[in-house]
Amino acid sequence: MKNKGVKMTASTAVVRMISYFCVTVFSLLCLLPFLLMVSASFSNEGVINREGFGLLPKGFTMTAYSWVFRYPKMILGSYGVTILMTVCGTIIGLFLIAMTGYALQRQDFPLRNVLSFFIYFTTLFTAGMAPTYIWVSRYLNLKGSYMAVFLQLLMTPWLIILMKNFAKSVPYEITESGKMDGADDFKIFTALILPMLKPALATVGLFLALGYWNEWYNSMLYLGSAVTYKPLQYYLYNIVNTAAQLKNSMAGAAITITDLPTNTLKMATAVVATGPIIFLYPFVQRYFITGITIGAVKG
Amino acid sequence: MNVKGRKQELTIKPYKKPLGKVIRDNKVLMLMCLPAVLFFIIFAYCPMPGVYIAFTNYNFRDGIFGSPFVGFKNFEFLLKSGQLWLLTRNTIFYNLSFILLGNFLQITLAIMVNEIRCNWFKKVSQTIMFLPYFISAVLIGVLAFNILNYDTGALNTLIRETGGNPVKIYSMAGIWPFVIILCNIWQQTGYGSIVYFASICGIDSQIVEAAEVDGATSLQRIRYIILPSLKPTFIILMLFALGGIMKGNFGLFYNLIGPANSQLFPSTDIIETFVFRTMMNQNNFATSSAVGLYQSLFGFLLVMFSNWVVKKIDPDYALF
Repeated sequence: MKNKGVKMTASTAVVRMISYFCVTVFSLLCLLPFLLMVSASFSNEGVINREGFGLLPKGFTMTAYSWVFRYPKMILGSYGVTILMTVCGTIIGLFLIAMTGYALQRQDFPLRNVLSFFIYFTTLFTAGMAPTYIWVSRYLNLKGSYMAVFLQLLMTPWLIILMKNFAKSVPYEITESGKMDGADDFKIFTALILPMLKPALATVGLFLALGYWNEWYNSMLYLGSAVTYKPLQYYLYNIVNTAAQLKNSMAGAAITITDLPTNTLKMATAVVATGPIIFLYPFVQRYFITGITIGAVKG
Repeated sequence: MNVKGRKQELTIKPYKKPLGKVIRDNKVLMLMCLPAVLFFIIFAYCPMPGVYIAFTNYNFRDGIFGSPFVGFKNFEFLLKSGQLWLLTRNTIFYNLSFILLGNFLQITLAIMVNEIRCNWFKKVSQTIMFLPYFISAVLIGVLAFNILNYDTGALNTLIRETGGNPVKIYSMAGIWPFVIILCNIWQQTGYGSIVYFASICGIDSQIVEAAEVDGATSLQRIRYIILPSLKPTFIILMLFALGGIMKGNFGLFYNLIGPANSQLFPSTDIIETFVFRTMMNQNNFATSSAVGLYQSLFGFLLVMFSNWVVKKIDPDYALF
């Protein structure tokens, strides 16, 4: 506000100062755990075991990272699986979600409400963990298959509703003009609507990608130790939670647990598993903001 | 415009087309919805008959419908042992804390960010504050462990360096409600404040300017313009959150506590973690399904109720 004629009152100045102060403090608190993690990953295991983690690396060393990549097949394999799933899942899921979202908002589609509710109902009532687990592992026979992870993250009702709300803002005249030219609905969608949905695709795509990248739950349930290359976050989960697993995951190498810098290795693995998200994040975060402001209340 | 469209629809309705014609006319649109519909049939509807497990003494050999039927025995056991009550109490307690404290902090943060006039500062701080939302639940567990563990945790390092006695946080049941609530707030506040921030940005700037010309102070603007304008958003978000009060954040609890630290369970076990443990660690699918079904039904009623209330307040915001 450029209105310099209005003098800032003392109370306004105080409110501003408090605001700057609190926002700064909260921002620092949000960063602090990450800083602690990174500094821990560069610390010397022996010093850490004596003195504990601190804000700055203790006895700066890259040992933990050299352990992460000591048997590069494991971590790189995990990276490969996660990247492949993220890319394929995002592209396929995005296309299917956009197609459904567009069809479900078409005013001239008589089944739109029935189908919307059919999809939405799955958020109201769920079978629960155990019946789902039995169904997927025993009847779909997907236990130990990457498909159990890949397929279940492909769509969520929330993302379809989000896409539907986005698609509503595309004027109906565009669909009509396509109809006039004799195109069928699928052609209208791919040729006319999809290019206009770019911001929506970015937002929904990012939520999908984040879901795949951060996936650990389905991996834990359905993959367990059945696969060699675990999705990245599940790999991290294993490194963090079980020392025995840690040994196994080092490709069965003949090492004793005492050799391993367990504490710092956990942190280095965490940094490696999270790094790409943190670096990409500042560039993509604005799409998440559009997503939540459009989809939050009505979602 | 909209109202007119709706009215027209109403007048046309009596001449309902036969189903066959509807299908023929909308073949392509229906095909476009088919993958999604199949997806939800396979992964959401097909497991539903499986809730029958809750009424059986499930064993792997006989399968879902071959296992002996035991009626409400599983539920009876859960009720009598007090387990169901404990889980319900914990789940609701945590969710209520998340909702109330969370919304309060999100609104406060949104208002404070709005007071900041320096643009780059606003952008940088917002970017940082959203960051925790984007990391996996596993990483939250790692970060918490890094700070809280007894031997090497940063908190205990600080305590040792200042001459205090280190604390064994991972065996203190009483402290975990605070830790969990803190972690939740740490992860959600920045991101959750966006909705409120967007509503503040949506306030007619003429009103704000007029108030400023009239000499309204910041506090007065917040009290008489901003807070009232946030009220509808707040009420709607609140009601929907209350509808989901039986659903817990499994990832957060599971990664903070883990499956084995049973001394913490009385104060940290929520429905999801219990359901998961009884299923994966004890292979007790029947009990697990019983608790799951109880949660689904209870949750379903709560959502219906909160939606009904929202509809009364503002039909535009109702889910259906």
